[in-house]
Order: sequence, then structure tokens, then C-alpha cells
Amino acid sequence: MPKFTKRALLLLLAGVMLSASLYGCTGGTKDGTTPTASAQTGELSNGNSVTVGIAQDLDSLDPHKAVAAGTSEVLFNIFEGLMKASPDGGVIPAVASDYTVSDDGLQYTFTLREGVKFHNGNAVTMEDVLYSLERCAGSENDGTPLISAFLNVTSIEATDDTHVVLTLKEPNLEFINSMTAAIIPANSSDTIATAPVGTGPFAFTSYTPQQSMEMKKFDGYWGEPAQLDNVTFRIITDTNTQVMGLQSGTLDMVIHLPNTVKPQVEGQFTVLQDTMKLVQALYLNNSVKPFDDVRVRQAMYYAINVPEIIDFVCDGDGVATGTSMYPAYTKYFMPELAETYQQDLDKAKDLLAQAGYPDGFTMTITVPSNYTQHVETGEVLSQQLAQVGITAKIQPVEWETWVSDVYRGRNYEATVSGIAASDMTGREMLERYVSDHQKNFINFNSTEYDEVMEKALTTLDADEQTQLYKQAQTILNQEAASLWIQDLCDLVVMDQDLDGMTFYATYVLDMSTIHYK
Amino acid sequence: MRKRNWYGRLGLVLTVLMVGFAGVGMFWTPYEPTAMVGADKYAAPSLAHPFGCDQLGRDILSRTMEGAGSTLMIALAVLAIGFVAGLLIGAFCGYFGGVVDALVMRICDALAAFPSILLALVVLAVIGPGKYNVIGALGILFIPSFARLVRGEFLKVRDRDFVRSARLMGVSNGRILFVHILPNTWPTLLSGLTIGFNNAVLAEASMSYLSIGVTAPDVSLGRMLNEAQAVWSTAPWCMLCPALVVVLTILGVSMLGEGLRERMAA
Repeated sequence: MPKFTKRALLLLLAGVMLSASLYGCTGGTKDGTTPTASAQTGELSNGNSVTVGIAQDLDSLDPHKAVAAGTSEVLFNIFEGLMKASPDGGVIPAVASDYTVSDDGLQYTFTLREGVKFHNGNAVTMEDVLYSLERCAGSENDGTPLISAFLNVTSIEATDDTHVVLTLKEPNLEFINSMTAAIIPANSSDTIATAPVGTGPFAFTSYTPQQSMEMKKFDGYWGEPAQLDNVTFRIITDTNTQVMGLQSGTLDMVIHLPNTVKPQVEGQFTVLQDTMKLVQALYLNNSVKPFDDVRVRQAMYYAINVPEIIDFVCDGDGVATGTSMYPAYTKYFMPELAETYQQDLDKAKDLLAQAGYPDGFTMTITVPSNYTQHVETGEVLSQQLAQVGITAKIQPVEWETWVSDVYRGRNYEATVSGIAASDMTGREMLERYVSDHQKNFINFNSTEYDEVMEKALTTLDADEQTQLYKQAQTILNQEAASLWIQDLCDLVVMDQDLDGMTFYATYVLDMSTIHYK
Repeated sequence: MRKRNWYGRLGLVLTVLMVGFAGVGMFWTPYEPTAMVGADKYAAPSLAHPFGCDQLGRDILSRTMEGAGSTLMIALAVLAIGFVAGLLIGAFCGYFGGVVDALVMRICDALAAFPSILLALVVLAVIGPGKYNVIGALGILFIPSFARLVRGEFLKVRDRDFVRSARLMGVSNGRILFVHILPNTWPTLLSGLTIGFNNAVLAEASMSYLSIGVTAPDVSLGRMLNEAQAVWSTAPWCMLCPALVVVLTILGVSMLGEGLRERMAA
């Protein structure tokens, strides 16, 4: 018996020690006024470094091949195209200083900016520009453009050392917005994914897969120079660990945090709130039974309660979308589409019965486990769908698996995720649902939609284009191509001595304006 | 000598309480464990919700009751796989010995060289999360420890006089193994079982805590703890109930096991 009492005591002691050590992990919060210099970059002397927590690894460092929005928002700091995104959602000249469009809308002439340098010190020449544009147009693979806007380009020609002319097949009002495609050094295809060289305000220093990416201020930048000397993006896939990182001082800033962490960080940190500039939805694989039946998709839309999801996941701060468009697109956004499907369980059950599923069915919702918002939305959806007899199991997967199996492989039934735009064109949010589009990961198939989009992409009348885009959005909504939910609320949490965060209308993180107070 | 076996009794009481708690949870919970109420997000403990509510306004007590049930079921299933297979392998190896014994034991050694949770993590990372995968992975990983335990006991007993006489009388090997030897090894096996049960409970909770175990909408204590960890400072009640259940279950079962062992040894 004495032996056993000792064991019980040991057990208790172990418990106490465990909790004490856990407390140690998180309890050692700083008071929030101490300036924290990142110990990670070894730049303690001037402290002009920032470590940013991001939730996912980068899918590629090749700016023409990266597909994840989380990757492009990081690469935005390193690469620039002829044009670059501006905070209001438009584009401003970057590597090009100016451009003109011919009267028929078919010829775009860009003038290269003088004195633009790559991070390796070389000046940007016409050769680099031609190489980059041709690479985007598919010169190095089977001719399939790496960037879909280049489908419309028939020729890329230099008229002299400083002027390049792009000729289009059909006029396109939004073409200029796609000219943000990165300019990279000529013939750098083999090295671009391991040692990226661009013209942006920051130069790449190092990348450790699944751990971090580092970049430093580029002194030869042509424009307004970055204010920080070093930036480290640290990949931390768990929201709790990110918050602990902030509290312990290993992270100075975390982007895309869910609203649920607000109580833990308020007061100690600067908390900035915006929306995420994406469309979160329960994306349905339209070619998989039973989601190939529009009645099933509509039934599911009637079964769920979007305002409730926004309340749960975003404390009501998200914006319901109803289609593949988010509110920052003031020109195209149609708030009324979010009203089409008000929760109506009887209607949902009726539609299910008509489709041959009076007792519901079982489905799997795949969620990227590194995004707390999507995981929680999945849980709420699962609960709501259960009301009409649909059993939805949640399968969390790693981000890399999500990109390869769900997004690229289209091997899934349903998934909660967010789709963002890399430039502010209606095309970015809508063209992907054209039946044979390479990014149509929900396998949406509608002849009507294809026709509307074809017209929208080729018209030269801006008003007509807006109408057509609205028509396309309405089709996505009527067909319930997916259960569009919301533009998520988005928190950026950073040390109180940091300032200068600029929110963009697209999914962009501009580190060049961030600075210490 | 009748020492008062107080810890055995306390263990019994705790175990019955916890099993009862989980058992009731299988048929009745105060609220639907997945029902979400927006107004009750992170609600503090109150009369309506004695242990408060979580981030989606779900009643923590109800979720813990259901979670305890699934944890218990998983632990029992894991134990059943590990113990039955371990018993057969261990008995065979311990009694017959020889090359097969040497070979099987080396395999077991190799498996035991890895921390079992780590191995289970690898297996689950490959075959994917989910209740049944957890049971399968943990069950198989629990086999070596039981096999070794059983083998040692059988080795001790196989040359005792009563086994020899049985053999001389022409009793079949199967009968010797399971009728003559097995009952003599119960005291040790029993404590092995209780320790194994505790390890299984902890392993399941850890897997789910690392979000590769039980997946939503199924409830699990480990996952509740994971979600609660984020708000330990602002809503500490979220972790109270599930943590208490894990601790009390393990404490109860190990006390009960110890008590039983002493009683049988006496």
C-alpha cells in the first residue's frame, strides 16, 4: 500500500508539473509595451525586423506557378509585373512606367521604366520582359498559358529596347489587370523556384519548407523603399500556436486570425479588422453524386443558415455573399443574392425528396485543418445539414493535401475553403466556373454560364460587361453551384509598436509599408 | 491479513462513476452535444450549463458525456484487440519457445523501440483520421507490450510441477495453456490490463488532441481539450470538465487495478 500511495502522489505531481509547464509556455506574456526585436533574424542591433506568422506553407516560389492565395500574398513583396496591384483594387504601373491602348482595344504598348533593377543587381532589360511574358503564355510547357489571361494574347513583340506590344485576339476590358504577372530574369526558369529573383521592395533570402521564408529590404528598389530591413514569414499551421507565438514574442505579427482569438489578444496587441477579400463557401464537387443534381444543391442551400454561420464564426462581422463575388468588388457585388436562400427546412426536405433522397444522405466535408475558420464553419454546416437528414462528416486535411487532392486533383465531395482573386477583375472570380476551365475545381457545368462568360470576357462595353458578370453571378446563385457563404472577417494582430498596415481590396499583404513607430 | 484496501474501493467507486457518466451519455445528455446556440458562445458555468459552453455555444457537460463514451469505447476496443492478440502470441511464444519465439519477440522489441504514440501518429497520417482507424492503429500498437507480458508469465509457469504433471498425463497443449497456466497469470495480467486501459484512454485523447484522431461531428475529449487550450485564460471552464473526466477515469482505473491485484495476490 505505501508503494501505491507513492505512485498516486507521483501521478499527481506529474499532473502538476505538466500544467505548470503548460502555464510556462503561455503565461510568460510580455506587457505589450516592450519593443520586441525578432531573435530569429539575428538583427537585434537595430531591431528593424519583423516575424510574421502565416498559416500555410508556400505551394511554390515560382510566381507564375503558385496557385494558393496565401502564397501570392507573400510573393507580392518580392515580384512585380509590368503593373502591380494598388490598395483600391486597381493596378498601377510598376516595371512599366506607362502604357497605351490602341483604339480597337487590341494592342497594348508598355514603356519600360528606367532604372528598374532585379535583386541580383542587373537592370531589367527587354529580354527579361519578353522572356517573362512568353513564359506566362506557355513558351516553356506545352503552350498552355501559365496565366489564363494570356490565352487571349496572339503576339508579344518588342518594338525597341523600351517598348513592348501585346496583341490580343479579342478586346478585353480587364486585360490590363492581369499584367501583374511577375517579371523575372531571362532564362531563370531552373532557379526561380529555389532562388527567386524579382524586382519588388524585398529580396528573397532563404526558404525552409514547412518552416519559414525570409526576405530582406532591397536597396536598389525603384519606388518607395521598404521600411523594414528583414521580414521572416514563419509557417505555423495552428491558430493556438500562432497566438502563443505572439504572446511569447517569437512572432511580431500574425495575419488572417479568426475572430475567436480577439479576447486573448485585445489590449496587449494592435488588432486590425477587415474582411479577408475572398469567398468562403461549401464548395461542392458538381460531378459527384448526389451533388450533380441541382435540387440537392438547392436543398442544401435551403437547409443551411448563413447569418447563423457568420454569427458563430465571425461574431457577425463577415459579409454574406450568395455567389462567387465579395463586397470589395463594388462594381459587381450583388448583396441581394445573399437573400435567395433563406433557411427553409420544409422546402429543403421537399427538394431532397424530389431528387430521390427523402431521408438525406451521408457526405464528407474536407477542410484544411490549418484554417480554424473553415474547420469551425464545417462543424456548423454539419450541424445545420443534420436537420434535413444529411450526415456530414468532417475530414480535416493538411494544407498541402488540400491543394493537391481537393483543388488540383478534384478528388473530394465537398470542402469548406476560400477563393480569392489575384487581381480585381470579375474574370478572376467568375471565369474559373466555365465548364472546361483548368481552375474549375467544383466541376460546374452549365452551357448558359459558359455563354454568358464568353460574352462578358469579350465585350468592349463596360456597362454591358458589368451586366453580364451580374448575370453570371446570378446563375451561380440560382444553380447553387456551391453553397456560397461569406467574405470572412479577418484579423491582423501585431505588436503595439508596429504600424503602417495597408489593407488591399485583393488578397495581398504589403510588408513594405509596415514600420516601427 | 485484512488490510483495508481503501484505494481499491475508491478506485471502484471512481470507475463506476466514470463508466456511469459515460454510459448515461450514450443515451441521454442534458443538451444535444452538437446543438449550437449563438448567444451562449463561451458562456460561463451557470445553472443551465454547469460547465459552461464552448466556442460554438455547445453545452460542455453534454459534450463531455458523449466524448467520455466514445473515448471509453475506443479504449475498450483497443484493449480488446491488443489483449486478445497479445495473449495468443505471448502464450504461444512463452510456452513453446524456440525460433518462432525468438523471431516474434525481436519484432516486438523493434516495435517497442518506437514510442507507441509516435508510431500511431505515423500510421494515422498515412491511413487518415477517424474513429475506426484510431482503434485499428492503437490496437495493433498495443499488441507487443501485452505479448511480452503474457510471454514472461507463461515462461515462469510452464516448468512448474503442476504443468509437468499435466503434460505427463497427456493433457493437450491448448488445455494446458488456457486452463492450467492462464488462471495463474491473472493477477499480473489484470494490472497489465488496467495500465493498458489507461494508456489507451490517454493515447486516444492525445491523438484527438493532435487532431488526427476522432473527427467532427463525433465528440472526443482530446479535441475538446485542444479547442479549450486556445481560451485557457479567457474561458478556463472549457477545459475543466473534459480534463477532470480524463484524470478521474485514469486515477480510478489504476487504483482499482492495484486493489484487485493485491486482493488476488493475498
